[in-house]
Amino acid sequence: MRIVADTGRCIGAGMCVLALGEVFDQSEDDGTVVLLDPEPPASKAAEVRRAVQLCPSGALSLVEPPPG
Amino acid sequence: MTDATIRPVTLPLTRERPFDPPEALGLWREEDPIRPLAYPDGHQGWLVTGYAAARAILADPRFSTRIDLLHTPVAQRAAQFRSTLRRPGFFLRMDPPDHTRYRRLLAGQFTVRRMRQLEPRIEEITRDHLDAMERTGAPADLVRSFALPIPSLVICELLGVPYEDREKFQRDSAVLLSLESTLEQVEAAMDDLLGYLDELVRRKRTEPVDDLLSGLAADTDLTDEELTGITTLLLIAGHETTANMLGLGTFALLRNPEQLAAVRDDPEVAEHAVEELLRYLTVIHIGPVRAALEDVEIDGRLIRAGESVTLSVAAANRDPERFPEPDLLDVTRPGGGHLSFGHGIHQCLGQQLARTEMRIAYPALLRRFPGLRLAVPAEEVPMRTDMAIYGVHRLPVTW
Repeated sequence: MRIVADTGRCIGAGMCVLALGEVFDQSEDDGTVVLLDPEPPASKAAEVRRAVQLCPSGALSLVEPPPG
Repeated sequence: MTDATIRPVTLPLTRERPFDPPEALGLWREEDPIRPLAYPDGHQGWLVTGYAAARAILADPRFSTRIDLLHTPVAQRAAQFRSTLRRPGFFLRMDPPDHTRYRRLLAGQFTVRRMRQLEPRIEEITRDHLDAMERTGAPADLVRSFALPIPSLVICELLGVPYEDREKFQRDSAVLLSLESTLEQVEAAMDDLLGYLDELVRRKRTEPVDDLLSGLAADTDLTDEELTGITTLLLIAGHETTANMLGLGTFALLRNPEQLAAVRDDPEVAEHAVEELLRYLTVIHIGPVRAALEDVEIDGRLIRAGESVTLSVAAANRDPERFPEPDLLDVTRPGGGHLSFGHGIHQCLGQQLARTEMRIAYPALLRRFPGLRLAVPAEEVPMRTDMAIYGVHRLPVTW
């Protein structure tokens, strides 16, 4: 899976960092999301989905690989 | 079903049990998670008690937080609403793009990493207050000696507001949040607080030090008026909310000894416990409120442009469709996802600070005083049903 982050929408709440700090970080400047690992391994899929779901501003989305 | 079949209700503030939202909200959530609400000024708007709808509306840009568009669901809040009209820097009451500008300037100061860097100092502050409690001896009012001073001192240091002046701003913010304050009292408290902080902002410009306010004054194009508004907002939000979570949360744990023991004895539990206490206790007593900017249909309900919508996050956090056995306090409950910090672009700026303070303070208190207990019967603990932020006025404890 690939994570897409829209820093224009991001409000820097930090929910993604709290949920999965290995994958998400925040800019020191304006707090917006920084992707440490835009294509995390499948083993982290559940945590990544949870982080995306928790995002208050809808700044995160997922591009899932085609099935099969 | 047409809207006409449902009688508009008024928003209840009385709580039958100290830790539960008003009972009617739960009944209404079962019947109609979005229902007509009669506002005291004669406006007919809506009350949302269901989790899914509340979360969706909080994230929906078709709903505004602008105070000039909102009707208050509680007559006593009208004064507070009016006092924040057209105040520069009150970004909580702004829509994008105005809101975006302020949020961007501030969010970098409240990141998860920044808040983790504050941990040693918050631990020290917590230790100092526990030492003082021990020296003074039991009984003590936990609000005065622990729950209020810790977040007050932390936000003061972070912003750069002299803690020696706490009597002034704690008094003003109590007036601003009280549902019993008159318009004159609210305006006087707001003027007093703004006047005090305005002077402080000017001082930060001429004699900058290493704090958030000096940094904002030096590195941004914010005017003095804007800086004063922002500081007012952060100062009030920064201590009243966490203070009430610490007071009410301790009360709830004391009434649930097994849960208390888990928080005290298992460091792993503390983190979950903070999220669960936030969900279960939801100190946001009223609202928040939004106004529809255009006609919006949600779950078969047509909310018309201009109508106010009160989102009871306290009721939404008890929605069984989202949280199994919602009325049970379970500090091991996985997940989070509660709406206690809101949702959408206005989600609490200081939430990571609040989490850090609570994660440190609850276990520290319970470990220092393993015999902590109420010093009065539970029924005699005065509850803050008369305030915009719920909690306890006092919590007499002994150990």
